[in-house]
Amino acid sequence: MRYIPVEPPPFFRRGPSPFARLAFFGLVSVALLFVDTRYHYLEGLRHVAATVLYPLQRAAQMPGEALAWVGGYFTSLRDLTAENAVLKQVSVEHAAASQAFGATQQENVRLRALLGIRANYASAAKAVEVLYTSRDPFAQKLFVDKGMDADIQPGEAVIDANGVVGQVTRVYPYMAEVTLVTDKDHAVPVQVQRSGVRSVLYGAGAGHAPELRFMAPSADIQVGDVLVTSGLDGTYPPGLAVARVATLERDTGQIFARIACTPLAGVDRSEHLLVLGRAAAAMPRPEEPAALDPAKKLGKGKRRGGGNP
Amino acid sequence: MMVLPNIGHLSTASPEEILRPVRPWFIVATLAGALVLNLLPLSGVALALRPDFIALVLLYWCIQEPRYVGVGIAWGVGLLMDVGDATLFGQHALAYAFLAYAAEYFRRRVLRFSLWQQAAQVAVLLGLCAALVLLVRVVGGAPLPHWMYAVPPLVGALLWPAVTLLLQWPQRPQHSSAEL
Repeated sequence: MRYIPVEPPPFFRRGPSPFARLAFFGLVSVALLFVDTRYHYLEGLRHVAATVLYPLQRAAQMPGEALAWVGGYFTSLRDLTAENAVLKQVSVEHAAASQAFGATQQENVRLRALLGIRANYASAAKAVEVLYTSRDPFAQKLFVDKGMDADIQPGEAVIDANGVVGQVTRVYPYMAEVTLVTDKDHAVPVQVQRSGVRSVLYGAGAGHAPELRFMAPSADIQVGDVLVTSGLDGTYPPGLAVARVATLERDTGQIFARIACTPLAGVDRSEHLLVLGRAAAAMPRPEEPAALDPAKKLGKGKRRGGGNP
Repeated sequence: MMVLPNIGHLSTASPEEILRPVRPWFIVATLAGALVLNLLPLSGVALALRPDFIALVLLYWCIQEPRYVGVGIAWGVGLLMDVGDATLFGQHALAYAFLAYAAEYFRRRVLRFSLWQQAAQVAVLLGLCAALVLLVRVVGGAPLPHWMYAVPPLVGALLWPAVTLLLQWPQRPQHSSAEL
């Protein structure tokens, strides 16, 4: 007696149906999203994937580097002479300041030693180059070409020639991720250089100007004021230029003034950046007296991320 | 109305035409190439217009070679892209897995159309993929992006005929000159 085999021939065997696979991988994705948002268990997996991706990332750099090389080769002699003249002039202009700087620094070291204050930040600064910017339109991030190999640590400040660019948020074996000051979740404690008023500069995402929030309409701020880091967070060393106040709306009907700022650094342009060593750890926050405990519970709110990872 | 170049004579292999079997290493190489294109250091207008090359190439392979590339591979490539872009783990993975599923669902229909008609359907699929990423981000607390966010899927759809012709090149039957 012949019977028809129930099993389909091997050609038709394709494992679970596409919908079952979609359901499975969809659930895994959602689980990963949840775990990645709430906890930080996945950094190891990220490092492995980043190492796999690294050769491809270097390959993506090549066309740009080749173009830059060709462009550099054909820069005319006249351009170079003109640039050289300008640089010489700038160098002379800086000479006086830099000579005075050495003396001031030594004096500063002596005074600090006298006062028993630790050095502001480690002198080790690492020059890095931008590899590429993130495609993600929701975040303002970029990647630089040094990482664990150059002993870069998460939380270190990143600057360019004109001011603060952002902060290192993740370190991979051969590169590091920098979150820019314009990122939505990024905050920098700043001080108005002219008047000394302290505030916090919040990024607002791509295409929006960073702003100072929660400033009273009567605060001593003017359009054109330069904001420098105040160093209160222990992440950014004090005194680095961050932004300039661009527009100011003092509406007496509102509780707070609306203050939009323009970053001074070429946040979306600079190619050469400097990673500063971490500022000396801030003193631990003093213990609150036990009697204030209930109040503390009341005041507990969700902390904004980004300022200090 | 925009005049599209007439590529009728070059259109995708009709179901009657038998393509030569694809080599698995070619699939891997094209996916790696798409990753490189996605990681190019662009800025300004180029960055705003840059289509998602990985989505395009994945879509092509899911439609043409569903036995090699499916939901699982798309998901894995998505994880790599999440690392490359420093986005949340699983965001691109979810979008690409959905894309692969949609391709599986539509593939028999899509192949019957001409390349530009396929491109119109690809635009919808890429748009859905981008919308899924947007949904994940908005649920995660991100604000709505600029309207330019809708442009890359359209650019990707316009590139669809070129991608198809390019990726199909090694598989086309080679006619000897005597036959012609």
